[in-house]
Amino acid sequence: MNYLVTVAIFIGIQAIAANGLNVIVGYAGQISLGHAAFFGIGAYASALLTTKAGMTFWQALPFVLLITGSIGLLLGMPSLRLREDFLAVTTIGINFIVESIFQYIPFFGGALGISNIPSIRLFGTRLRGWPFLGVVAFFLLLSLLANRKFTKSCAGLACFAIREEETAAASMGVSPVRFKLLAFVIGTAMAGIAGALYAHTMRFIAATDFGFPHSVNFMSMVVLGGIGTLWGPTLGAIILGLLPEIFRPLIQYRMLINALILLLMIRFQPGGILGGSSVLARLFRRRPSHG
Amino acid sequence: MDEIILEVRAVCMQFGGLHAVENVSFVQRRGEILGLIGPNGAGKTTLFNVISGVYRPTSGSVLFKGRDTTGFPPHRMAELGLGRTFQIVRPFPDLTVIENVMVPLHLARYRNILASFTSWNTKTIRSEALRLLEETGIADLAELRAGLLPLGNQRKLELARALALQPALLLLDETFSGLRHEEIDIIANLVRKVREKGISILLIEHNMKVAMGLSDRVVVLDHGRLLAEGDPESVRRNPAVIEAYLGKGSMSYAS
Ligand SMILES: Nc1ncnc2c1ncn2[C@@H]1O[C@H](COP(=O)(O)OP(=O)(O)OP(=O)(O)O)[C@@H](O)[C@H]1O
Ligand SMILES: [Mg+2]
Repeated sequence: MNYLVTVAIFIGIQAIAANGLNVIVGYAGQISLGHAAFFGIGAYASALLTTKAGMTFWQALPFVLLITGSIGLLLGMPSLRLREDFLAVTTIGINFIVESIFQYIPFFGGALGISNIPSIRLFGTRLRGWPFLGVVAFFLLLSLLANRKFTKSCAGLACFAIREEETAAASMGVSPVRFKLLAFVIGTAMAGIAGALYAHTMRFIAATDFGFPHSVNFMSMVVLGGIGTLWGPTLGAIILGLLPEIFRPLIQYRMLINALILLLMIRFQPGGILGGSSVLARLFRRRPSHG
Repeated sequence: MDEIILEVRAVCMQFGGLHAVENVSFVQRRGEILGLIGPNGAGKTTLFNVISGVYRPTSGSVLFKGRDTTGFPPHRMAELGLGRTFQIVRPFPDLTVIENVMVPLHLARYRNILASFTSWNTKTIRSEALRLLEETGIADLAELRAGLLPLGNQRKLELARALALQPALLLLDETFSGLRHEEIDIIANLVRKVREKGISILLIEHNMKVAMGLSDRVVVLDHGRLLAEGDPESVRRNPAVIEAYLGKGSMSYAS
């Protein structure tokens, strides 16, 4: 039972991050292959604020959001100038840079990472197992609600317009700069929350937890489940989270399998399981354009 | 009626060594339908892109509603009241036709992050969008994905979207090409109706019958330069204009 709860916690955390990536990639149409960097920034921010500044998880949370969101704003700038393919490479570069900063700068614990991260407490009790899963589920629900609200807002419509045809969107009063950056801020802030939850469940983090392969993992979840759909990223996180648990021997090939799934989906079912023309999509449909 | 809505002052636009627009100046009065004609590659679309902020001119300036808007980004020009269509149509392909029109209808909300978090799919906006689709004759296609429409209907959609901005000046880049005869008449009437509401229209058109029939005045470009300017009749008889078109063999009176 404990084992299942642990698996569910990790799936939930990854789903939150994948929902964030969906805002950037699915709603605003901006490629990002460096999402794990923001997951990491959230994790390190919360770990440092709780271990070094003595805050609780809940006190640190607003700062975590602020820090990841602002860095997301800063690192979203390249999306304003670069073509898609260059942006893909740039975001990968950002991922490697952030990972090396964690790895080599002593302030971030260097190769040893940060340990003894406190558990989350609520009303004086330490949350482990089921109660922690409850907190994760709460934030997952929040991220889904936020995404639903976003797709129904004018800001969401502006992002769809930019995704579909940037020049036309601009000629209709939509500032590409403003709304791309907004998508990056929302998306990276969600990754930040997920990262913070990760730090406090693991209680030990190191730079390699946030490397480029993890960005590929997040992207695979979004693409597998259905890019730009409300439930797709969560479904993708569940499938990719369960697969290696069910097929134990596959666990060492996890990254390879993720990359393979990404390529196969893009080739044969670009809309993902819940997207576009798939059977499931019609049963379970949440096209962004229809809110 | 003598107020000036648009002034193009000595605009030059170079791409590398290519002078796409060279030292072009003209003015458009408020409420006027001004035709912009010229052979292929004359620089008409480039001039539209300069006016609407897609390109910053190499030199020269653009004055819109009496204010220097040179180098303003396209979304600022839209906010100021400039609507445009694209020669190579640019619908939002995965959105439905009605959603395409709802994008510009929220113009005022995009200027403010807080306002942009209000809901976009409201009854009032929907019925306003539907009204525009009825005006342009594609209301029955409202729920179709815009990418599935044939070219003619995509051009009407572009017109509906531009009108949704409630612009003071409307730039139409070959909106009539790809339309059938009866469709041309319908859209031409719509353009006249739009002008009656006080909206100024600058239109690029290869179909001379349409261009001359609609325009109060005509500006002719050739090789990036201003070749002639005046009322349709005098421009039509201008030897330099005839020469430019005969040279390219493209002065067509058919559609
Ligand atoms: N972005 C660009 N980069 C380089 N050259 C360009 C660019 N845009 C236009 N040109 C060139 O500028 C010249 C003018 O093109 P433009 O599209 O403005 O002509 P046009 O009058 O609209 O022609 P048409 O009637 O065929 O639409 C052409 O030689 C074209 O190849
Ligand atoms: Mg042109």
